[in-house]
Amino acid sequence: MIGLTDFLIVSAVLFCIGLYMIVSKHNAIQILIGIELMLNAAILNLVAFGKYDRVNNSGQLFALFAIVLAAATTAVALAIILNVYRQYKTIDPGEINKLGD
Amino acid sequence: MSLAQVLFYTMSFIALASAVFVAATKNLVRSIFMFFITLFALAGLYVLALADFVAITQIVIYVGGILVLILFAFMLSGKETLNVIAQQRSQFISVGKLPAFALAALFLVVLVNMIFKADVNNLQWVKDAIDQKNTISPNDAMTENIGINLMTKYLLPFEAISILLMVALVGAAHLSRKGTGS
Repeated sequence: MIGLTDFLIVSAVLFCIGLYMIVSKHNAIQILIGIELMLNAAILNLVAFGKYDRVNNSGQLFALFAIVLAAATTAVALAIILNVYRQYKTIDPGEINKLGD
Repeated sequence: MSLAQVLFYTMSFIALASAVFVAATKNLVRSIFMFFITLFALAGLYVLALADFVAITQIVIYVGGILVLILFAFMLSGKETLNVIAQQRSQFISVGKLPAFALAALFLVVLVNMIFKADVNNLQWVKDAIDQKNTISPNDAMTENIGINLMTKYLLPFEAISILLMVALVGAAHLSRKGTGS
């Protein structure tokens, strides 16, 4: 079977790609995609360790919880992005430097 | 090398390559569609980690829900985002991205070092689980067990997350309603 270390390394690389996207991108939607990549890396770790818990299934269950949390986060974040776009006509986080009205 | 390992390395290569493409490309729409591929490959990895239910949930929620939401937000916020992309394209060598790249690379080095030092295959509880036959084998159908656990042992997190999901939905609907001031 596949060892745990392989899963962990794949998820570490995914996490770092997400980190790079969050730090370097000038577009709120791409930053959101970076956050999703990091969340997916975390979920991959949960699932990989969940293989060793047959009775309680804690890894897989909390992976499900994390997926649902990611969905809620994305819905709220996209609503905020649309509002910000309506107000500033841009979604570059570097240029949003004023409070609303 | 068994079939599972070949599949694992193929899937992880597809996931990582498409993730790198998502991070590197200048075209936002293309990066969103490549993100589909990353998510599908990750679902394949979940299947190889013997979590088929999580994989299906990943496909349903991420690919069916989140990506469509992201596409909607992109289409609705239209022209200005494309201008940002045009500015990025004019700048050929991205010196400004160097600190971000250095940060990510150094963090990766630290993480990989940690993983090799931790030696996760020989952790005590993992060994105990293998000794007590507490591991999921490829022939098990885990969905029933997940449902029972969700309704007994993990009922409190389940209810908490359902309330949080409702709050988030109400908040999203409130934020995105039309005609809010100014």
